[in-house]
Amino acid sequence: MSQEHSNLFPDVMPDTPERVTHEGKNKFFGLWFFLGGETVLFASLFGTYLALKNSTAGGPSSEEIFGLELVFVMTMLLLTSSLTSVYAMYHMRNADFKKMVLWLSITGLLGTGFLAFEVYEFAHYITEYGFSFRSSAFGSAFFSLVGFHGGHVLFGLCWLLAILIRNAKRGLNLYNAPKFNTFSLYWHFIDVVWVFIFTVVYLMGKVG
Amino acid sequence: MSSIAATGKRGFGSFLWDYLTTVDHKKIAHLYIAGGAFFFILGGIEALIIRIQLIKPENDFVSAGFYNEIITMHGTTMIFLAAMPIMIGLMNAAIPLQIGARDVAFPFLNSLSFWLFMFGGLLLNVSFMTGGAPDAGWTNYASLAMNSSGHGVDYYIAGLQIAGAGTLMGGINFLATVVTMRAPGMTYMRMPLFTWASFITSVLILFAFPALTVNLFLLMFDRMFDSAIFDVALGGNTIIYQHLFWIFGHPEVYILILPFFGAFSDIFSTFARKRLFGYTAMVFATMIIAFLGFMVWAHHMFTVGLGPVANSIFSVGTMAIAVPTGIKIFNWLFTMWGGQLKINSAVLWALAFIPSFTIGGMTGVMLGSAVADYQYHDTYFVIGHFHYVIVGGTVFGIFAALHYWWPKMFGRVLNEAMGQVTFWLFFIGFHLTFFIQHFLGLMGMPRRYWVFLKDQGLELGNVISSIGAFFMAAGVIVFVYNIIHSAAKGEKADADPWDARTLEWTVSSPPPYYNFEQLPLVRGLDPLWIEKMEGDGKMSPGEPLDDVHMPNNSFIPFLMGLGFFIAGYGFIHQTDNSLWYIALYGGMAFSIGCMVVRSLKDDYGYYIPKEELQKAVEEEAK
Amino acid sequence: MAEESKDNLEAQSFKKQKSKEEMQRQLISFGLMIVFTLIAFAIVITDSIDSMYVVPILFIMAFVQAAFQFYYFMHLKDKGHAMPALLMYGGVWCAFLTLCALMVITWW
Repeated sequence: MSQEHSNLFPDVMPDTPERVTHEGKNKFFGLWFFLGGETVLFASLFGTYLALKNSTAGGPSSEEIFGLELVFVMTMLLLTSSLTSVYAMYHMRNADFKKMVLWLSITGLLGTGFLAFEVYEFAHYITEYGFSFRSSAFGSAFFSLVGFHGGHVLFGLCWLLAILIRNAKRGLNLYNAPKFNTFSLYWHFIDVVWVFIFTVVYLMGKVG
Repeated sequence: MSSIAATGKRGFGSFLWDYLTTVDHKKIAHLYIAGGAFFFILGGIEALIIRIQLIKPENDFVSAGFYNEIITMHGTTMIFLAAMPIMIGLMNAAIPLQIGARDVAFPFLNSLSFWLFMFGGLLLNVSFMTGGAPDAGWTNYASLAMNSSGHGVDYYIAGLQIAGAGTLMGGINFLATVVTMRAPGMTYMRMPLFTWASFITSVLILFAFPALTVNLFLLMFDRMFDSAIFDVALGGNTIIYQHLFWIFGHPEVYILILPFFGAFSDIFSTFARKRLFGYTAMVFATMIIAFLGFMVWAHHMFTVGLGPVANSIFSVGTMAIAVPTGIKIFNWLFTMWGGQLKINSAVLWALAFIPSFTIGGMTGVMLGSAVADYQYHDTYFVIGHFHYVIVGGTVFGIFAALHYWWPKMFGRVLNEAMGQVTFWLFFIGFHLTFFIQHFLGLMGMPRRYWVFLKDQGLELGNVISSIGAFFMAAGVIVFVYNIIHSAAKGEKADADPWDARTLEWTVSSPPPYYNFEQLPLVRGLDPLWIEKMEGDGKMSPGEPLDDVHMPNNSFIPFLMGLGFFIAGYGFIHQTDNSLWYIALYGGMAFSIGCMVVRSLKDDYGYYIPKEELQKAVEEEAK
Repeated sequence: MAEESKDNLEAQSFKKQKSKEEMQRQLISFGLMIVFTLIAFAIVITDSIDSMYVVPILFIMAFVQAAFQFYYFMHLKDKGHAMPALLMYGGVWCAFLTLCALMVITWW
């Protein structure tokens, strides 16, 4: 019983520490299944966006307002944060708690950077172009889709903060390894959704 | 904890607190069934109001506006607050026991799912008292819903959003449970059909509810924050609502029926004392029904103008679902053939289900012809169809499953004589009410109209239909009395009152709070029956006797539900007065705060010492 | 005793080797993802490809990137991922149906 909470070291580290305990298996499957549902959720938002992206109600269209440079920077930030979370899990499997926390923190910083740019982008649209949530169906659909994704990023960052705080003094053990892995899977999924957002919304928005 | 269970004596306060904080799937099942039954009564009263209003032409028992609220709430309540919760309650009661597990994968989440349902349902019904219930139909289509004055539709959005979140969590919970927590020897193809069907239903829940979530969010944004998704003037499109609604809505009706298909399989094989005919075919037929169920949603939209190509594709798909369903019907018949079918209340409901659901399925195929549907759409023919499948399928299934699993859940057997009285009253009433409605529809009576006109030949049919409703009400009253009577004076149930075949009948009725002292070793399909036929009638243990890890109770799920309820109420009323933002933000902050507390505070559960389990094993052996 | 610790050390170094290789594969995946992203942006910014082909190419880039994320970053190729893979593909199928509905049969 107490083995679950005792710190892990490289020589006793199982191959997949996040799935060795029963709770670990449950969290693993639970999150993957949740991601299956999230796929349908984002598909509904994407579909709504695709149906409405040309309904500009006389306002600005996607070609006019999207700035690809900003989107590129945001993409690099999020993609890199995905890699850093892979690094974090690599260190977790090597039972290196300190390095795992380091790389997870970098992940969080990159994610925060992404969000900051996104907030700036939204504010820019609203103030410069009058392009808002209410200005047209295109606007409502855009802000719903990209906003929901941003909301997921925000939730992920809060989650990351909570698990880092909670486990700061505990080290790595079989009880919290699944928690870190579950977060990491969620974070990767957020990045997958972003890949489709920058492709479908921004890149195709510019192609017209 | 065990001492209370042993003596059975404790105050009402501790009984209440136990139920408010439980994470035990068996108690959560009780809560779901009680909650669902409460809303079933509400929905039934709404049905009676409808039938009284329609007992004669141009009646004015209720006003037109109130009638719209009543029909909306009848549908919404029956589907989301009665049928689904009772179904989830039965899944909670039976699945862990059937697979030989001690609880579901996420007990805390299980409790949260229940309280979200409860508070969502309460929010929805509070609307009656604060200016009017939702009145745009249970489907709440965007154009009508957008223009519905008052807050009714906002209650629909908030109430269903909260309750729907609970259901989605429940789906994930059961999926993980079946994947990771089966007892040793319990392979997928040895699981009872109720568990299989519930597993497949959970996949449906996982994929269908997110579409509803998005739809409700978009409608909420449009109504409360003036966005333009459905606002045609700003380029919006109301067909999007219909697509998203039915992409959820069609799988939803399969969610309502598949677990009961599974329950009927278990009931038929148990009481015919014969293994299920074509187990593998039944499993795959259920999977095919689920798969096809996602591909036919636009058969609710034949008259929208999607065009002949789309209509044809969905028409063919709709008819295709009849094939796996027919396989199941035949397999149930073949299960009974050559068996020694015992007739009791559960079996009566199961037997009645077969022709009733088949009639409903048949009218479904009629509706599936896109061409013919132009005549049937929005008439009472449709109402006749879906009540035949939902009442003839889901409600009959609820009654059958309640009779079957009541002893396991509550330790009492429901009175058989009263059970049969309920059955006959309800069965006769059901056919009186809904069979005639097919003809009313064919004669041109539109649905959702608060009156019908004189001298159109509709009077007699409506009178018959209304009389049937009172028969059903009488049947339900007898059933409620049966429950109360059996609680007070009913015969106590032993572990296996039906001489059954599956693992839930190997533990006492009701089971000990940890379900199994040692998880059983499963040797094949119908594991208990194998032991009865080839062994000593008892399961062998599948693991050594050891300390058992159990989760702690928690009040947090209740508090989270309460927080979201307050936030929902604030959301709805913030358009009236900005002060309601306090409720909105306060409620959200409170619930999120509860989540943070849950995440940061240690709760490792507790252990049942080996010695206590040892004693229980020894007592059983005596 | 000496045997055991020798086996243990060998096992450890084998594991270390394996996880190093795994990490290299992850880095290669990341590199490829960056490349695909750059290509996608370049195609749109430079306007160099015929407009009929741009959208399919962008989709392919996105799907390949997503596949790398799932199979490598999220370990979907590893043992024990059959059920997650099944349900993800199920979700993708339902997502596809939803997108078809909202793109193909939604007008007015």
